[in-house]
Amino acid sequence: MCGIAALQLRNPLLHSQMGSLLSSMMCQIVDRGPDSAGLAVYDTPGLVSGNTSTLSLLGKEQGLPTAGIAAALENLLPASAGTAVKVVGDTTFVSSAVDTELLAKAVSETLPDSTIIGRGEHVAVMKSVGHPMDIAAEHGLEAMSGSQGLSHTRMATESAVTAGGSHPFSVADDLCLVHNGSFSNHATIRRDLLREGVVFDSDNDTEVGARYIASRLKQGDTLEEALTNLGKVFDGFYTLVVTTADSMAVVRDPIACKPAIIAETDDYVAMASEYRALASLPGIETARIFEPEPGKVYTWSL
Amino acid sequence: MVTLIETQTQDYATVTDEVSTLVDLADSPVRDLNQALHGAADGQSWTVENPGGKHSLAVGINAAASVTINGHAGYYAAGMHQKGEVTVNGNAGVGLAENIMSGKVHVKGDASQSAAATGHGGLVVIDGNAGARCGISMKGVDIVVGGNIGHMSAFMAQAGRLVVCGDAGDALGDSIYEARIYVKGTVASLGADCIEKPTKAEHLAELAGLLAAAGRADNPTEFKRYGSARNLYHFSVHNSTSY
Repeated sequence: MCGIAALQLRNPLLHSQMGSLLSSMMCQIVDRGPDSAGLAVYDTPGLVSGNTSTLSLLGKEQGLPTAGIAAALENLLPASAGTAVKVVGDTTFVSSAVDTELLAKAVSETLPDSTIIGRGEHVAVMKSVGHPMDIAAEHGLEAMSGSQGLSHTRMATESAVTAGGSHPFSVADDLCLVHNGSFSNHATIRRDLLREGVVFDSDNDTEVGARYIASRLKQGDTLEEALTNLGKVFDGFYTLVVTTADSMAVVRDPIACKPAIIAETDDYVAMASEYRALASLPGIETARIFEPEPGKVYTWSL
Repeated sequence: MVTLIETQTQDYATVTDEVSTLVDLADSPVRDLNQALHGAADGQSWTVENPGGKHSLAVGINAAASVTINGHAGYYAAGMHQKGEVTVNGNAGVGLAENIMSGKVHVKGDASQSAAATGHGGLVVIDGNAGARCGISMKGVDIVVGGNIGHMSAFMAQAGRLVVCGDAGDALGDSIYEARIYVKGTVASLGADCIEKPTKAEHLAELAGLLAAAGRADNPTEFKRYGSARNLYHFSVHNSTSY
């Protein structure tokens, strides 16, 4: 199985409730994937800020105290960049007013064993092993505000139960992907991407999907085109949710093996594996509720 | 020689409401509801509030009781339905009325995939749309869908009738046996061994009966009938090298 809950808030007045709404959705999909979980939140004050790149690093222990990491990074980055390091739950966040690529390079030099699980100006990514609601609580999801949120509860099938194998996979600036299902030809596509020079962090099939989408976007595809192309190349079962700095997309495989349901109001677009995750959203009684059609790409922009 | 599996028009349970027992799922578990329903007597009536998309609501009812669910139901609502009537004033999730034996299940909204899967008898009415695999492996159940149905519906359907007042998705009736399908709108594609068949007076009569049982006013003459070409019934020697 695996559970997905995603929320895009159209009404800025709801931004302050993003964390509590996403948390209420997430607790209804725990049964679908209780072994590990992950979260992506967009434009959450305290985690990201404008004109500043933020990297999310897997784990709270990086082998150096946060002050030590900050000092080492400051040596590699311009003094005016205001480099900062902080730990929230099981995630280390590094931010600096430089290009994401430059910050990632400095982090790799300072912490060669670290795994970057999120990057960009808008997104913060958190993931870990354990009960999904414990992971959400440790990171303080309930109190977070933001414009979009994405959560995934995992029942691992294709690769090991590790924090690195948890979703979302965020492999390009502000891009996140979560997946319910399994890709059957991911090894072949992984080899093709490796030949293009793409570097992987895990053995996970979903990471191949995320790297493929990032590769297509880099080649000029729109998000919709990238997901249409994914449907032509990838074989297997999938319901995918992809988020970017200002948009959200949902697609199911052409035989609709995995569930998905969407609720849309003037205030938000919410997607979940099951209706019960949407049941407590405000205004759900009058929302437009539908199941996405197989093989059709749906996108919504803020 | 082809042996036909007879499909007969059934009498669907009608239940008289007396006093309705109210169950609020906001503050009581689904298990209590189902256990109480398993002890229900004929003629009793139940109203379920705040279903919140919970799974397995009103499953395995074996008394001529009526259950009204006010809101959206989750997976496997009214599964293994034996007697009585379940009404969902909302949508239903995956596997609505799975393996229904008799009685009636009525969803006022949409139903997700695999509605009435493997149903042996009874009537399932969905006023809205049904997802993929509606009536998959149906074995005698009657299904009336007010809207559209998804792909692979009535796959390996053995007996019973499927009525679709909207459009049907791809591969309708793939590997169908003797179930009968009536579609008013378009069919995206027919599955293997499923063909359009002539609609005779007897078919119009049974269709009229099904539409009436579902409380619908559609005109039976506007439907087309689909069923098995019966080419897959027997092993063909031409396929001997395929195995």
